[in-house]
Amino acid sequence: MSELLQFLSFEDPNTRYVVTGTVLLAISSAIVGSFIFLKKKALVGDAVAHSVLPGVCLAFMLSGNKNPVYLVVGAFITGWLSLVIIDQIVARSRIKEDTAIGLILSVFFGLGIMLLTKIQHSGNAAQSGLDSFLFGKAAALVGTDVIVFSTISIILLVVVFIFFKELTLIAFDEDFAKSIGFPVRRLELVLTTLTVMAVVIGIQAVGVVLMAAMLITPAAAARFWTDQLRVMLLLAAIFGAFAGVFGAFVSYTAPAMPTGPWIVMIISIIAMFSFFFAPRKGILYKMVKQRRIQKKIRDENILKMFYQLGEADGDYFSSRTSAALSERRELASGQLASGLSRLKRHGYLKSDKEGWQLTIEGKNKGQRTIKLHRLWELYLTQYLRIAPDHVHDDAETIEHIITPELEAKLEKLLEYPEVDPHMSKIPYES
Amino acid sequence: MIQQVDNPVLEVHDLTVSYDKKPVLWGIDLTIPQGSLVGIIGPNGAGKSTLIKSVMGLIPLGSGYAELFGKSLDDVRDQVSYVPQRGTVDWDFPASVMDVVLMGRYGKLGLFSRPKKADREAALTALRQVGMESYVNRQISQLSGGQQQRVFLARALAQQADIYFLDEPFAGVDAATEKAIITLLRKMSDEGKTVIVVHHDLQSVETYFNWIILLNTRLVASGPMEEVFTQQLLQETYGGKLTLLSEVGNLLKKGQFPNREKAI
Repeated sequence: MSELLQFLSFEDPNTRYVVTGTVLLAISSAIVGSFIFLKKKALVGDAVAHSVLPGVCLAFMLSGNKNPVYLVVGAFITGWLSLVIIDQIVARSRIKEDTAIGLILSVFFGLGIMLLTKIQHSGNAAQSGLDSFLFGKAAALVGTDVIVFSTISIILLVVVFIFFKELTLIAFDEDFAKSIGFPVRRLELVLTTLTVMAVVIGIQAVGVVLMAAMLITPAAAARFWTDQLRVMLLLAAIFGAFAGVFGAFVSYTAPAMPTGPWIVMIISIIAMFSFFFAPRKGILYKMVKQRRIQKKIRDENILKMFYQLGEADGDYFSSRTSAALSERRELASGQLASGLSRLKRHGYLKSDKEGWQLTIEGKNKGQRTIKLHRLWELYLTQYLRIAPDHVHDDAETIEHIITPELEAKLEKLLEYPEVDPHMSKIPYES
Repeated sequence: MIQQVDNPVLEVHDLTVSYDKKPVLWGIDLTIPQGSLVGIIGPNGAGKSTLIKSVMGLIPLGSGYAELFGKSLDDVRDQVSYVPQRGTVDWDFPASVMDVVLMGRYGKLGLFSRPKKADREAALTALRQVGMESYVNRQISQLSGGQQQRVFLARALAQQADIYFLDEPFAGVDAATEKAIITLLRKMSDEGKTVIVVHHDLQSVETYFNWIILLNTRLVASGPMEEVFTQQLLQETYGGKLTLLSEVGNLLKKGQFPNREKAI
């Protein structure tokens, strides 16, 4: 706990560097990644991330030191080269994009690992720490790195801001963008360059292996919460930054721990949380909605049973036992019991020693469901020419969904019929 | 029956377009008079969409050129509007109706400048013309097919162009939308704007258009509706591909031949 407080107080200038650096690069990769996500090019980020490794190694081998400027330039060159090659393969052969990405990603990464191994065995003292590019080490960010990376991050954000309208358009409707004379090829080049730059500055903290997550996951998570692009970008940035700070903290407290996996874990948890709990689009929301519908159907079915029993013996308000109800319709006994007590709570049923009785409201609701069922059966036979013995199952569902407006239309269309296709009387409110 | 006109708004000259060396449009030569409401008619795979895409410079041409108002497309971009097929974009994109219609102003705005108040007003006017003004802030993912098509049309209207190319605007829309769209297109054509529509429903051709292009890889006919929309020409268009022509086309693909010598 005290470690956390100390970390958050930013007393140590080193902490300040690390946190500023991680947050800036997390934000810029989340925002650039949002456009890749919307263009449905998620794998491209992964390809670039793996392809920068040989560039980093070559830059080190040629310069002999770990000056971030050299490393960034090296990373930039091979990252960019990989995208150009992927583009050319897709344009000039029958190979599709996913295959081309798979091919190039592994070739570049393999080359990178080869070079890295060679460097590690070269006995050059300056190489120590170069392997942190694999899985990232936020704590390794020192003063000069942070200045270089922060500058690039800010350039990235400014470029996205300037090109916001153009990047949005090419993500939504490329043909239209071409038709109004926008330089689509060049704009795509801008997005590609932004992607490479985001990866290049991100790998120090996250590492090449997991960098794709920093690009794509914040956007995927943010998409669950909003339908507005600007809000989505903002949320993606916040999610990314949060994961970044957390990663920096881990790196600060446990220097042996690689930062990348931690950042990716956090951002993935945010994504999972969004996936389950986001309003409207989340799984939980959908499940709750389904459950509510199931309950409504069950309740209306129970009231229908009461009404049908009443139809049979002419007394709608007499007591019914659970056993008598169960005879009319198969329903798990637990569901029947919980349904009965829920309907009582809502005032549609009463109960005493002898059993359960309908209230006036309960009878009306049961009657309406029956009415809709029979009207719908009639509609199906008359307008869809479905045989009378095939209409029941459909009506079992539709009776629960018809709105009062549709009900009125249905009555008028069928001219207030007396009976359904099975000659059962259609009950109207008196 | 290919009727050429003087001072055309659109001239397609010796246009050949191939996919993987196999021609899908072969030697198209046609001219369109200003103010026409044109239907491009032909069977599936006849190259209807390809024709307007190649006029819009969206696909590389094997040979020939297209000119609008006697100039090349790049000189007259802001007089030209293109409505792609509705299905070519992802309607789950995080954008509102207003966002999409405002894209119609981007051409006039150019790069880097943001839409201004006047652009929003133009977008609103366009939405009103297609009867979608009450959907301004609606998310595009919540629109029906017909509403999506209206939004696309509003985006085109916001461009305030003189010639409009629409790719299958009536595909998969409800009857009310179809009627609203054709009424609007007629009005535009009455105002002197040229409207060119890729269309696949033969039933409505006679009442919708006053100029017809019949297409099946090669140009079968281009001319006023009454003269072109005949049993004989339709039969020629829909009677299948010319066997010899498609055999030669397949040969070009198989041998990966260029379709003009200089293209080697």
